Amino acid sequence: MKLLVCVSKTPDTTTKITFNGDKTQLDTTGIQYIMNPYDEWYALVRAIELQEAEGGSVTIINVGGAENDSIIRKGLAIGADAAVRIDTESGSSLDVAKQIAAYAKDQGFDIVFFGKETIDYNGSEVGAMVAELLEMPFISYASKLEMNGDAATINRDIEGGTEVIEVATPFAVSAAKGMAEQRIPNMKGIMTAKRKPLEVLAPVATTDFTHVVSYEMPSAKSAVKLIDPENMDELVRLLSEEAKVL
Amino acid sequence: MVLVFAESVNGKFKKAAFEAVTYGYQTAQLMGLSCAALVLGKAADAGELGKYGAAKVHHLANDQLNNLDSQVYAAVIAAAVEQLGAQVVVLSHTSTGKSILGRLAVRLDAGSVPGANALPTYTDGVFAVSKPVFSGKAFAHIAITSPVKLVSIMGNSLPPAIVGDAVAVTPLEVPVPASRIKIISVSRIEGTTPLPEAELVVSAGRGMKGPENWGIIEELAKELGATTACSRPVSDVGWRPHHEHVGQTGITVRPNLYIAAGISGAIQHLAGVNSSKTIVVINKDPEAPFFKAADYGVVGDLFEVVPRLTEAIRKHKQHA
Ligand SMILES: Cc1cc2nc3c(=O)[nH]c(=O)nc-3n(C[C@H](O)[C@H](O)[C@H](O)COP(=O)(O)OP(=O)(O)OC[C@H]3O[C@@H](n4cnc5c(N)ncnc54)[C@H](O)[C@@H]3O)c2cc1C
Repeated sequence: MKLLVCVSKTPDTTTKITFNGDKTQLDTTGIQYIMNPYDEWYALVRAIELQEAEGGSVTIINVGGAENDSIIRKGLAIGADAAVRIDTESGSSLDVAKQIAAYAKDQGFDIVFFGKETIDYNGSEVGAMVAELLEMPFISYASKLEMNGDAATINRDIEGGTEVIEVATPFAVSAAKGMAEQRIPNMKGIMTAKRKPLEVLAPVATTDFTHVVSYEMPSAKSAVKLIDPENMDELVRLLSEEAKVL
Repeated sequence: MVLVFAESVNGKFKKAAFEAVTYGYQTAQLMGLSCAALVLGKAADAGELGKYGAAKVHHLANDQLNNLDSQVYAAVIAAAVEQLGAQVVVLSHTSTGKSILGRLAVRLDAGSVPGANALPTYTDGVFAVSKPVFSGKAFAHIAITSPVKLVSIMGNSLPPAIVGDAVAVTPLEVPVPASRIKIISVSRIEGTTPLPEAELVVSAGRGMKGPENWGIIEELAKELGATTACSRPVSDVGWRPHHEHVGQTGITVRPNLYIAAGISGAIQHLAGVNSSKTIVVINKDPEAPFFKAADYGVVGDLFEVVPRLTEAIRKHKQHA
């Protein structure tokens, strides 16, 4: 099976987020970047497991500049066979999707994997976009994926429940918790990753239909009101009369 | 026209659909447009959406549309947008809406904002809308410049408001392509409100010491009519089911009230809950980081405080 895993880089959750003077851009100084956890822990690892069980290859693709190579190498160290980076600073999800689709369309991938969303823009859009561009079925929020021949049985998380879906390859899928367990790259993986191919390709031209006008920080929380643990009637009164949530 | 895709689940509309129509109606008012709703598959009482501001309700009652296939839904919605001449399309930011939005952006060659949390602004012809980014640490105000604009809205972003009467339902005719997926089964936990939709949430963490102690949490939730949630380590070790895990790697919630007992408030936990309107933290450690994100704090032993709170709520309900 030929598997493609789309990976994104995102600021580590513990990094402090600040913006430049006119609040139109993220201030990237001092930001620690990681591979988006859903891409790494669930999508990539499940693809590698399938490759181990059924043969074939796992390619990872990232849209971004050369500074992303460390994240791509980590994906190779975890177990992907090859990597592609489309060399552009993307301005929108639609652009990212078009770059990925332009590369993938003639490659004959059986499954295209995504994480369920990125933890920076939390958009959850790229998977659906790529699926539409490649005219593939798309199963989102998959918490389980089993192959039987050319078909997959997938559990999809929905609000308060689960859907079980059968779909034949080729298809696209976005991975949520449950799909696989995180893998830490070992020394051998890290060493071989250095020799695995990382192809850098030029972007295709696209048009952006969205742009960030400004960023804003949430209004500062007022200090916590401490309530006497003996007096829960007072808490209930505040929740009812002040917060008006009861 | 502002066209709202109003999701139905098992033929019924949930709060997300009413919120979306209210959002579409208010957006239409702002832009001097009319608002219409689009309903796919089995749906009783589609005309009721008129009450929330849909001047017209277009219904395509094809059984193939009773469950989501994002490919089929996107083809049908895009055809409806073109047939009806919609300029703005509003979806709910649910597992359904999120699976369709990106496809629509491709089909309609349109800009999209996923997960808006407030009404758009529309000044000098510029349409822009805010959404939380960096797991709730900031908001981005994003302009959409394409002729058709796509927005999905987060649950609990604005209260559904009744502004009129039910309307007659207009049948919609657009081609429905064949599906390439097969839905084997759909199971939903009955009785409780799913976490992403819950207005009241009671959550507990490792401070509970073991799964056998969860009775006090369930009682508090029952008394409130709340949905239960938990921190990640608690679901990782199997004390609670995975679907209760909230936070960066679990479910994001934004209820009106989030009560956290025995949870320290790690940044990855806060990422999933910090958009809650009111946060109550019960923790025996006054230095627990969660108190910094809380509106109300109780420093004390949860095994004493939680039952006391349940009792206080019971009393409050009797008086109300
Ligand atoms: C990449 C990554 C992603 C993560 N994603 C998530 C996520 O999605 N969600 C998540 O929750 N975590 C996540 N975590 C884990 C997170 O960092 C914390 O470890 C976790 O949230 C801690 O869970 P807890 O608060 O239940 O436990 P603890 O941190 O152990 O806190 C228990 C708390 O209970 C209090 N307590 C103990 N006994 C009592 C008592 N009798 N009465 C009152 N209070 C008491 C203690 O004072 C303490 O504050 C993630 C971590 C990483 C690295």
